Parts: sequence; structure tokens; C-alpha cells
Amino acid sequence: MSGQHRPQGGTVHAIRLAFGISVLGAVEFAVAYGLGGNTQLLGVGLAVAFGGLCVGLWLWGRRLLPMGGFVEQRPPLAATQQDVTLLAHAIGGPESPVRRRGLLGMFALAVGTVGLALLFPARSLLSFRKPDPDVALDHTAWRFGGLRLVTPEGVPVRAADVGAETIQIVVPEGHTRDGDVPAFVVRVDPANLITPPPGGMVGGGLVAYSLLCTHAGCPVALYQQTTGRMLCPCHQSTFDLFNAATPVAGPAARPLPGLPIVVDADGYLRASGDFTSPPGPGYWSRP
Amino acid sequence: MITRWVYRTVDARLGTTSVARTALAKVFPDQWTFMFGEIALYSFLALVLTGVYLTLFFDPTSAQTVYDGAYQPLSGSTVSGAYASAVALSYDVRAGLLIRQAHHWAALLFVGAIVLHLLRIFVTGAFRKPREINWVIGVTMLTLALLNGFTGYSMPDDLLSGTGLRIIYSVVLSVPVVGAWLAQLAFGGEFPSDATLPRLFVTHVLIVPAVFAALISAHLAIIIRQKHTQFPGPGRRERNVVGSRLWPAYTVRTLSLAAGVFAVVFALGGLVQINPVWIYGPFSPAKATSPAQPDWYVAWGDGALRLFPAVEFHVFGHLVPSPFLPAVGVGTVTFLVLYAWPWLDRWRTGDRASRHLLQPPRQRPGRIAVAAWAVTFFAVLLVAAVDDIIARLFAIPVTGILRTLQVLVLTLPFVVAAVAYTVARALRGGTARSVGELTAEELRGGLTASPGPVELGDDDPVALDQLITLWRNPDDTWRWRWTGPDDEKLASNEAYLSRDEAVAAASVAFVGVPIDQTEPPPDVVLPPPTGHGRAARVAAGAAWVAMAIVAWRRSRKDRP
Repeated sequence: MSGQHRPQGGTVHAIRLAFGISVLGAVEFAVAYGLGGNTQLLGVGLAVAFGGLCVGLWLWGRRLLPMGGFVEQRPPLAATQQDVTLLAHAIGGPESPVRRRGLLGMFALAVGTVGLALLFPARSLLSFRKPDPDVALDHTAWRFGGLRLVTPEGVPVRAADVGAETIQIVVPEGHTRDGDVPAFVVRVDPANLITPPPGGMVGGGLVAYSLLCTHAGCPVALYQQTTGRMLCPCHQSTFDLFNAATPVAGPAARPLPGLPIVVDADGYLRASGDFTSPPGPGYWSRP
Repeated sequence: MITRWVYRTVDARLGTTSVARTALAKVFPDQWTFMFGEIALYSFLALVLTGVYLTLFFDPTSAQTVYDGAYQPLSGSTVSGAYASAVALSYDVRAGLLIRQAHHWAALLFVGAIVLHLLRIFVTGAFRKPREINWVIGVTMLTLALLNGFTGYSMPDDLLSGTGLRIIYSVVLSVPVVGAWLAQLAFGGEFPSDATLPRLFVTHVLIVPAVFAALISAHLAIIIRQKHTQFPGPGRRERNVVGSRLWPAYTVRTLSLAAGVFAVVFALGGLVQINPVWIYGPFSPAKATSPAQPDWYVAWGDGALRLFPAVEFHVFGHLVPSPFLPAVGVGTVTFLVLYAWPWLDRWRTGDRASRHLLQPPRQRPGRIAVAAWAVTFFAVLLVAAVDDIIARLFAIPVTGILRTLQVLVLTLPFVVAAVAYTVARALRGGTARSVGELTAEELRGGLTASPGPVELGDDDPVALDQLITLWRNPDDTWRWRWTGPDDEKLASNEAYLSRDEAVAAASVAFVGVPIDQTEPPPDVVLPPPTGHGRAARVAAGAAWVAMAIVAWRRSRKDRP
């Protein structure tokens, strides 16, 4: 309140300067936009434009205007008993609809039924044409037996192409964009195997498993040949390929399902059926 | 003259004068921690403005298209429409990358401001009666902010967001009984489905923002109705609010804050790269990014997923998968406790009265301990979400980090809570004003017995050394001023049209303080005798002139 009496020349100059800088920032923004829109120059322009406004207004608010010093009354929120009674009379007068219990009941029934009926179209969000979701989760496109294993780009994979150093990511031919099909094949030394792979083994050490982590469904893409372990990059679950891909570390609780594979007459890898169990994350009705 | 005429025109039709006069005189407490909510509000404004711009260029579809633009490594590739348009927004739409990145940064700032605001409300007891409704609305807005942040960064259909969507899909799937149905409802089918992006888009740009607009309006309307809380201090009572008036002091300061938020958002958006989807590459069901980290406000969930042991169990022959307890469980419990907190607090303290005066945090050491526990718990989970990056940076095995964090998440929150509890009790029992001033003796006092909670600054029954002076201005309006025991002075925020109104207001604000009628005090700046609400007329007039100019120019433009 005594602010008005303080010397203010310096502050006024500073505020004017801040607003002036703001103008420069805005002009720089417009020019930068006209010259092709370099992101950094645009950002600096707007930052300076708003920053100048911020500083100028801040100085104005703190130096030229009174801070505090006012009081406002806060009457109690709750009304007096008399007031509440008046409201009750206003609502529940002699002709008031709330007195017609019978009609009100029927009205509530009608409104409720209309409301429920209007909810029906929401069911369309869960498509009628697709199988029930809990059923759809149980199988993948691999179940159409005999599909060739192809790379995500669609190139068929021969047994001879699969090495021991890195895994080969595969999907079923014709279903490359499905979410639940990704699998991998890799060559392991049969002598290292403690437990036989659930999907069997072909070509002297080729094994195939689902690529999807049984914890949260991330592709388990990191393979270490010496230990035979697969690591998930999302939550660090680790699976031991020497021991039927059982989880050995991290939050995954189930082994990776195996993919039964065969080598066809031309040397290509084919799946002889679906994964040995539903791949990826668990769900309530999982068998 | 023009503004006066415009104002008269408006007022004759809408009767705005007394409302405007009251509104402009509204008192806001001068407390810097009250700014967090405003920062959230202005971040929301930035989000809406930048977001509307983005919707004009973004194409939320997984239908394949050929990207043919300035980003050479992708040019000619077949990718989803969403990914192609997100890359085009970054490389081919002029100023698009600035707006995209500003939008993302504003989202991070938005959630951060909400969390700080929530913590402030929590530790000062501002959620107590009568503000439980606003607490519930606020917690709901936090959940919506998390939801919209996640749907937002999941839409570009890049590899990182695809990985995040897959994890969330697995989390939804893990819900007992209805998980598969919920997942189909949210994603439109088994992941990845063509229906997912349109659902995310409508949720992100229409449903949640509409609910937000309604909830923000309700939040602010309730604040205006109940008026602000305030810390105890000279002249501050349960029945009043002390601070600066909306016009002019508070308006100028809050506009400064708004400009500051925009400056920060655009500085970050222009200079600090965020979510470079062109580097992550398009989503592919068989690929994952490594490392993969979500935005900070959902990273605690990812951290919980990493730390929680491999626990799956069966209920009546049905599977409860491993993500259920850490992701669905921790999240549900957190928000249930948040929603229930005003009633838990009331149950603990037995305090059923309306409280407008805040409690300094030290006054409730138990509440501080809970806040410290929660902040530490979620901080450890956040660190856990970057365990692979830590492992890579310091070349230590990730299993060791994991084990350490598993121990820390169960112990550290309790240690920090105990320290916070002790410090709060020491502060409450001693004379120190801040933690730095605490003596060893006071700290020891914090460990041992401490006096029970003292309610500070409630209405002072002894009103002897206070006085309210009441006077009539030359323009026939009435004002009053409170003078405290140490000669503190607080002026009535409004001028009143009658003496009775002024007396009524003063005796609400200061119950039982004697009122003394005098001549206008010499140190009071008197309003000009021409009338009241001049500022209101100027402001409203200016707004109307601006709108008139815009309308006039529009009509000129529309003319053939």
C-alpha cells in the first residue's frame, strides 16, 4: 500500500526493457518461421517472448503493486436451520412431484430402463464378429499347421541358415503382423540340454520358442550363446534355453512356450502346430 | 468514453457490475506453494493449445502408407499412417516439431505440478472438511492426467510406444475375471489391433479433455465458493482470507506465472529433444527397444514390474498373472488410499469441524511421515525403472542392482519416514523456524515424548488489543480496517454501499473485535469520487473492444 510512494523509475525502465525483449523474441519467432522454421530458433523466440512477459509482469506485480494487506470475510458455508427448512418447503410443497411416490417410482423405473437400454450399443466396442477375447488368446496363427517360418520381412528361413551365435526371429508365413506369433529359432549344442525343448528339436540342435516374454509380453530379444540365456529388455526376465526356457531371473514366472518345427523337403523350416502353450503374458482363463 | 459506452451497453444487458466488483476484489493468499495448482492449470492450457494444433496434422491409423518426406532414412518406407504423420510433424510440418515437443514437455510439467500441488495439500491438511470434494476431484484429475499422458505418447506407433502399449496390454490382461474383456474394450482386440489407435486418439483428444474441462471448472468453482485456505498468521482467522486482491496485484502476478510456464514449455520444446520417434523406428510386433523407459509419471509402475518377484498363482483353477500385484495392485491401493485420505485422516484425528486455516506441516508429524514414506517408495520405484541404464552406466550386473532396490523399496521408505517424523516433532516442540535452525537438543526432543498437537491460530477469543476502524469515504461508500496487537493493518477488500454491509462483513471476518467509526485515516488512498468499479469497466470494455475488432475484421474477410 505504501508502494505508490517508492521511487519507481528504475523498475519502470526494467519492465519496459522486459516487454521490449518480449517483442524481439516474438519477431525472431516470426522471422525464424518465415525462413524455414528451425526448431531451436522457433523455441528460443517463443521462450524469449513469453520470458520477457513473465519478467516484466513479475516486476510490475512485485514492485509497482501492493502485496497483501487485504482481508475478505468468509461467511460459514452451512445455512441456518430456518433456511434449510425453507428450502425443504420449497421442494416438498403440496403439489410437489416428490409427494407422488407412486408416480415417482414409475418414473424412476422408466428412466432406469431407458438408461440401461442405451448402454447396449456399448457392447459393440467388443466386436461380435471376433471370437470372445478369452478364447482368442488361447491360440495363434501357428495352429494352421505346416506354415513356413519366415523373417518379419517375409523371407522363408532354411534350417541351414540358422546359426548358433544369434537367434533368428520368425513369424508364420502370411501372418507377419499378428501380435502373438513372433518366435525365434536358434541352434544349441544338444550336449548342453538339461531338459528336452518342449517343441522338440530338428536338424541336430535347432530349437524354436515364442519370442514373447511370459511376464508382460515384450519380445525377449537378447541372447547370450555361452549360457544359453534369453534376456527380456523390458523387465530383465531371463530364460534358460538349456532347460526348456524356464525363467531363471526376473519377474517372469512361466517358461517360454516351445514351437514344434520340422524341416520340409526343400530345407525350409515349418511349424507342425501351435505353441506348446499360449504365448506371452498370462490371463485369467489361461489353460 | 468508448469503453464507458461499451461497458454501459454490456451492463444494461447482463448486469455485470456487482459481480465484477466482487470478483475483482477477491482475496488470494500470498503463498508461493499455492502456485503449483496454477502451474498445472497453465500447463493444461498449453497442452490444449498445442494439442489442437497437433490434431490437425496427426493421422491416428495403423493403415499402412508410404512415408515420402524430408526425413531421408524413412523416405519411401511403408509404415503406419500414425507413424508417418508423427515423423512428418517432426520433419515436414513447419514449426511442427516445436509444437510436438512443447506438447510433450507440457505434459511432463502438468503431471509434475499436479503431484507437487497434491503434496502441498496433503502435508498442510488442506483436504480437510469442507474440501474433501475438491480433493476427490483433484485425485481424479491426477488419474486422468496419467491416463492421457500414457495414451498421448502411445499414439505415434513408434517402437518405444508399441513396447509400452504391449506392457499395458499385459497389465490389463492380468486383471482377474474380466482382464481379457477389458483389454479388448481398451485395445479393440488382441494386441496389436487396428482399432487401438482410433480408441487411444478419441480418448486422448476428446473424452479425457472434456472430462478435464468439466472437473477443472468444478475444482475452481468450489475454490471460489469455499475461498482459499491460508496459513495461520496475523489477522488470519477461520472466518476470513488475508492476501492480495485479484485486481490488480494478483492478476499481474498470475499472468506472469502463465507467461513463465509458456516460456519454459517452449524453451524445452525448442531446445531439448523429447520422444524422437524417428530414431525409435516404427512399431513391429517382433521388436523391442532397449533400453525402454516410459515417461516419469508412469515409470513407477514399470519399476514395480521390474522389482516384484515372479509371483503367479491360481484362484479356483484360474491364473492370476505376475503383473497383477505390482502394476494393478500397487496402483489400485495407491489411488484408493489417496481417495480415502480425508476420511482416514478424520478417523485418526477425530476432527469433524470445518477448517480453513492450514496446519504447518510440522504440526502433524504422522502425516509428514506418511508423505515421506510414499515419496520415497515411489522414488525407489522410479529408480528401478532405469535399472538397466544404471547397470550399463556403471558396468554392474543388473541382478545386483535389482536385489539392492528390492531391499531399499521395503526399508528406505520407513527410514525416511522415521527421520521426517522426528524432525517434524522436533520442529513442533522447539523454537526453530526451519530444519536448519534445529539444535541437537531439540532433535533429541523429537525422538522422545512430545507435546500433543496444538491447534494454532484459531479464532482468538481475546479481542482486546485488536480494533476495527470503520469510515465513510467522500463517495459515500464504506470501508473498514483491522489493526492487530502489533499494529498490523489489513484493509477490507471491498468498498461497501452501506454502513450495515461493512459492519456485517467486518464482524464475520473478525468475530468479537470492537468496531470504531472514524474519519478516513490519512494513510489510506481514497477512491476517486466519480464512482466505483472503474477498473472493472476498463477491463470489460477492453475485452469487448478487442472482440468487436475481431468480429469486424472477420466480417470484412468473409465479404466476397
